[in-house]
Amino acid sequence: MLEIRNLHASVEGREILRGIELTVKAGEVHAIMGPNGSGKSTLAQVLAGHPAYTVTAGSVLYEGKDLLAMAPEDRAREGVFLAFQYPVAIRGITNAYFLRSAVNAIRKHRGEEGLGPVEFMDALEEKLKVLGWDDSYVNRPVNDGFSGGEKKRNEILQMAVLAPKLAILDETDSGLDIDALKTVAHAVNSLRRPDNATVLVTHYYRILTHIRPDFVHVLSAGRIVKSGGKGLALELEEKGYDWLREAAAVA
Amino acid sequence: MTEQYVADFRAFAGNGAGSAPSWLKEMREGAITRFAELGFPTMKQEEWRFTSVAPIAETRFKLSHVGPRSSLPSPRDIEPLLLGTGPTIVFIDGKFAPELSWAAGLPAGVQVTSLAAALQVGPLGELARQHLAGYARWRESAFAALNTAFLADGAFVYVPAQTVLEQPLEVLFVATAQGNEGPTVAHPRSLIVIEPGAQAVVVESYVALADRVYWTNAVTEVVVGDGARAEYYRVQREGGRAYHVATTHSQQGRDSFLGLHTVTLGGLLARHDIHTVLDGAGAELILNGLYLLGRTQHADHHTVIDHAKPHCASHEFFNGVLDQRAHGVFNGRIIVRPGAQRTDSKQTNNNLLLSTEARADSQPQLEIYADDVKCTHGSTVGPLDETAVHYLRSRGLSPETARSLLTYGFAAEILGRMQRADLRDHLDRLVRAGLA
Repeated sequence: MLEIRNLHASVEGREILRGIELTVKAGEVHAIMGPNGSGKSTLAQVLAGHPAYTVTAGSVLYEGKDLLAMAPEDRAREGVFLAFQYPVAIRGITNAYFLRSAVNAIRKHRGEEGLGPVEFMDALEEKLKVLGWDDSYVNRPVNDGFSGGEKKRNEILQMAVLAPKLAILDETDSGLDIDALKTVAHAVNSLRRPDNATVLVTHYYRILTHIRPDFVHVLSAGRIVKSGGKGLALELEEKGYDWLREAAAVA
Repeated sequence: MTEQYVADFRAFAGNGAGSAPSWLKEMREGAITRFAELGFPTMKQEEWRFTSVAPIAETRFKLSHVGPRSSLPSPRDIEPLLLGTGPTIVFIDGKFAPELSWAAGLPAGVQVTSLAAALQVGPLGELARQHLAGYARWRESAFAALNTAFLADGAFVYVPAQTVLEQPLEVLFVATAQGNEGPTVAHPRSLIVIEPGAQAVVVESYVALADRVYWTNAVTEVVVGDGARAEYYRVQREGGRAYHVATTHSQQGRDSFLGLHTVTLGGLLARHDIHTVLDGAGAELILNGLYLLGRTQHADHHTVIDHAKPHCASHEFFNGVLDQRAHGVFNGRIIVRPGAQRTDSKQTNNNLLLSTEARADSQPQLEIYADDVKCTHGSTVGPLDETAVHYLRSRGLSPETARSLLTYGFAAEILGRMQRADLRDHLDRLVRAGLA
């Protein structure tokens, strides 16, 4: 589904990613861990096409297509979703209106008819039922006046409605209390299908006790310095990131 | 140019206004004298530092409703200009048009009529007298003084105590071609009285059926009695070459609620002074404004919220969307009088600049003379947030859709505070048309 080769990217002339190699297949959950400043969020934003980041070398293939050549909206329409670390407030626009606009943009791209307000609300209610959430977010302006936890939950609601093939969760766990974390993790698990994939970007081990990754990668100074199974996450939890930095320095 | 208005006033007082009660004649005399003393404001005055009224002062505007009327617009011309479907009174170039107005099926005692007519009737005339002289501060404002000097007609809306009105009452001021006789000025004066315990929604719109140079110099007073609940919607859709100067004054009693919504879409040069007084404990005010400007439009809103009594709440929100070479001005003054403890006041003014040549000036002014109060204010001026554009694109929206959605959201935020769904939907269509 996703093949990242020798990816280099910089922001404001500063190189952050220095040769990322990563392959993600359908049905898999990958966790990308690493200390602050290692480039985790940059990787997530580059995959979503954030204009502040410049790719200086390397390639990203998504379902065989050149992801980096695609505009951000085309990536979304093709099934890439980024749950933002810092979701943006959109004043005056309700979640329902925004989500319907997004769903219809994606449907139009696929050559499908757009959903009317009533059809859309039915579909939305259905998704909420699957998540076990109420509809209290639906008629509020997007993220406007939301608490940190509400914003993160709202990202997951968008993900549920847009049903992406590749979901990238950028530190969705940070700032969540344990109950909110469980709710979000449960939602992510319930949205898993054999034909979609999830990339979890996280600083902490604890979300991985709720969302079980198939692979764990450790990012340090813009490179994946170690990959492994679930066990690697546990090792990081026990030892911290310092030993890796030392290992990287030696290498 | 003030001499010209004084001369016009002499002619007006001599012919057209002869039948007025003596108290009104005296008030007019006092007002024209005051206008002559004050003269047109200049940009040297603090209250006018961002707005030049030179184009108004230097144009010879003739009084619009003098002489017989040649022809009236048809009901078919008027209907699309209305926001609601309830009782309506229409003024053509400042003069009441009974042929285009209807106010059937109203509860006993409710009045939706012309002020000129009300002034002729004993008890209504007395009611009008009590309020007209009372609130709008024409001694402090040259424009309100001029309006008062030429006070002849406008809307008179009266809802007796404990009366609950379901349908909105609508007041429509229409500017027409008027035989193309050159620039004209109308001074509509409206009085809206919602007595204690009553509930009502009033809509006041200013629209044009012709694209010509004219000037509307309006004053509206809104009185909301103890325990009354009122919503007042004011929509300014004047013509593209029109000048619009207005004072809106509201006075609220104890435990009353007023939602004062203003939408400014039209006019070349507009100035709106809004003066609200929370004059009874426990009163609540929502002051909610939107200005949507393009081309070389200039709109200046000066608002005053006067917390005269304790335990009152005011929430003020003004959003401006400014495109091309438009200029928006907002000045929001909040006064908390000595003794107005437990005042809760919040003010925000956000301005969205859609072009590099658009401009917005925003000034909050807090004057707090009580110690146990909660007052906050904030203002922003800037282009669309590119982070937000990217966020929407990352959900599949095109850059164009993302931008128009964010822009619309700026306006929708204000519309969202309007309680009447039918009026809100209608205004929503006007706003969308304005943004397209």
